[in-house]
Parts: sequence; C-alpha cells; structure tokens
Amino acid sequence: MEPDPMHVLIIDDSRAMRSILRRIVTDLGFTAVEAANGQEALDHLEAGLRPELCTIDWNMPVMDGYTFVSRVRSTPEWRDITLMMVTTESEHGQIVKALAAGAHEYVIKPFTPDAIADKFELLGVRAGVVA
Amino acid sequence: MVPPDPDGGVVTISQASFDYVSALVRRETSMLYDPGKEYLVEARLLPLAREAGAADVDAYIGRLSTDLAERRKAIDALTINETSWFRDNAPYQTFTEHMLPAMLAERTHVRHLNIWSAACSSGQEAYSLAMLLDQHLPAGWGASILATDVSTAMLERVQAGRYGQVEMNRGMPATQLVKYFTRVGSEWEVSDDLKKMVRTQHLNLAAPFPPLPTFDIVFLRNVLIYFDMDTKRDILRRVRDVVAPDGFLLLGSSETTLDMETHWTREPLGRVQTHRPVPTTAGLRMPAAMTGA
Repeated sequence: MEPDPMHVLIIDDSRAMRSILRRIVTDLGFTAVEAANGQEALDHLEAGLRPELCTIDWNMPVMDGYTFVSRVRSTPEWRDITLMMVTTESEHGQIVKALAAGAHEYVIKPFTPDAIADKFELLGVRAGVVA
Repeated sequence: MVPPDPDGGVVTISQASFDYVSALVRRETSMLYDPGKEYLVEARLLPLAREAGAADVDAYIGRLSTDLAERRKAIDALTINETSWFRDNAPYQTFTEHMLPAMLAERTHVRHLNIWSAACSSGQEAYSLAMLLDQHLPAGWGASILATDVSTAMLERVQAGRYGQVEMNRGMPATQLVKYFTRVGSEWEVSDDLKKMVRTQHLNLAAPFPPLPTFDIVFLRNVLIYFDMDTKRDILRRVRDVVAPDGFLLLGSSETTLDMETHWTREPLGRVQTHRPVPTTAGLRMPAAMTGA
C-alpha cells in the first residue's frame, strides 16, 4: 500500500501541543490525526492509517516516543513513514539515540511554525507529494 | 494616522521617527526602509527601547541623535536578516552537485577554495557552507570562507558560533547537529574545525570594498533587495572585480542581474540561477588558485 501523502500523525500527550502542531501541519496542507501516546499511534497504523509523517514526543505515558520509533522501524510495511521527534529532550546523546533508532529528524521544543515547515522541506515532505 | 501592520497589530511609531530612522539607516548602510515598513522598525527597536528604559520606541529614537553607542545598536538591529540553516536548500544542493565539482576540477594545482558569504548575518550561511565543504572536499584540500556583515554585533555572533534552540531548529538537519555542534548550557556551539574555516570581516557592501582575496564562489543572497538600483548595480560591479573569471555568484531566489548585462551572465545550474562574471578589458583577475589567495 502506498503511503497516504495527505496525513500527518501527531503523537503527543499534551493536548495543547497537539493543537499547535495540528494548526501548523494543517496550514502546510496536511490532514492531522492525533494520538496521545505511542500505543494510540500504533493502533492508528494497525488500523490502516498510512501517514506521510509522524511528529513524535519523547516522554509520554503508556508508550514513549523512542519505543514507538523502534516499533515502526521494526515493521517492514511501515518503512516508508517519515518519523520526526518533536520533544523537549535536548541532550546531544538523546538526539543520536533517536536517529540511531530510525527517526529521520529531530525538533527541540520550543519551536516556531517556520521550523516545522523548514524540516518538512528538508525531508521532502509536501502535501500531495510523496518524496 | 497610525498605519496598520500586516499582522493586524497597530504601529505606534510616529512619521518623524520613521523618517529619521529610515534616513539614518540609509546614510550608514545604504539600506532602504520604505514607507510601509514602520512595523518592522518598531518590531526591531522595541526590545532595545525596553532595554534602555525608554517610554516607547519614539522616545528611544529621540535619543539616537546624541547617543552614539545606542545608535550603533539600533543600526545593528535594523540590518539583521532573518536566516536559517541551508536556507532554501536548492542553492546548497547546486553548490554541492555543480559548483564544487567544477571548482575542484579547476583548482587541482592549489587545492584550495575561497568562498565569500556576503551579508552573513549571524553566520548560518557561512557555517552551512563549511559543513558541506567538510563533507565534500577531498583529502588534502582546504577552504576559507570569508563572512562579512555591516553589523559588528552579528560578526561577534559568527565568531562565537553559538546558537539558541529556536535558531537551531530552523533548517538544521539533526544528523549535522549531532556531528558539528556541542551543547553549551541552553545553546549549541559549532565545532572548532568549522570555526577555523570561517573568518569574519566588517564590510559595508555599499561602500568601496577593503582589499579582498579573489573568490571562487560568492553567496550574496537576499540582501540586494534592500538597496536602490544604483547601489545594487555598483555592488554587483565591485563583486565582479573580486570573483575569479571562472567563479560563481549566487543571489537570492528573487534577485537578478537582468539589468546588469555587462557584468554578469546567467547560468542555470540545478534548480537555481547562478551568475558568472563577464571578463572586463582591464584589470582581469587571475583565478583565486593562481594568486594563491
């Protein structure tokens, strides 16, 4: 199944942060789907959702972002999904760890809407276009 | 009448204040603040006004005629360009895939490249280029990047090579972040290896240039838009004089040399328009490699 180029899955336990990211990705032309933790996000994927990109918080209850990234990367049918951490975790070693686990990009909070747009461009992720 | 700003707020700066600042910036840097940019002046001077304890931006501007140090800070704040790492991507892709291979083929006898990041602001362009050079220069090659700006505060920032989190998020690939930066408190500092590649120099593009080496590649992006046509033409003519005959000039995506036919020819490379110098009858510069600059 080809990735659906129109969806971004926003994974964050903060409703306020999900709302901010929803507004940004909607302005970029995507349809936002939200999940409050890694397990909810996996449920979406198992139900057939194929987002172009996931924004992933690190610290969440039930399943954290790092575990989610590892799970997605170990599932061949999800290999086309672009994974971008969006988190307050800002240590050099954590960024290395997330990249090694299979995250493509990393945004440290706080960020501006332009920063998200810059990263999408960097990743070649555009609404309606599969990189 | 109070002009509205594009974001729907209200600008409180008076016409007299705006006229004074506009004339000051034009006199000191030749940059233009046209009517309609009141909101920009206000946005950039408000933090300084608060820091200086002025009642409002008007009161702060009133001090500038007698307070030289504050005037310097105001000019610095008014000439800052917003910038990001690998801004617009395409120019950097062209740099790596087209300009660099061409220059590597032409400079085998000196194995050194000279690059100019003109109007470097806080240095993201210079360091973005340094990262690419670090990755793509063959062993045994060297490169120097001259980063110039009219703002001394910006040059100090380039030398310090420290950036806040919000700045780091603007276009910096995570793989480059972990490779070239270390965390220092709440900031990130660029590696010494990249700092060694970048040299800073104060330079007002609108004034006659100080002695400069011959450059193989010049990045002069998103700054000409601030100058009037005569100044623009003059800058492009003087830049031509410091670019190697086989060198490249890169402008911003909305900037052109269309009306400068005698000085530059346009050459599309990758997804961007590059510019090559047209030889002059007098004062032909040798390629940077041949001068050893």
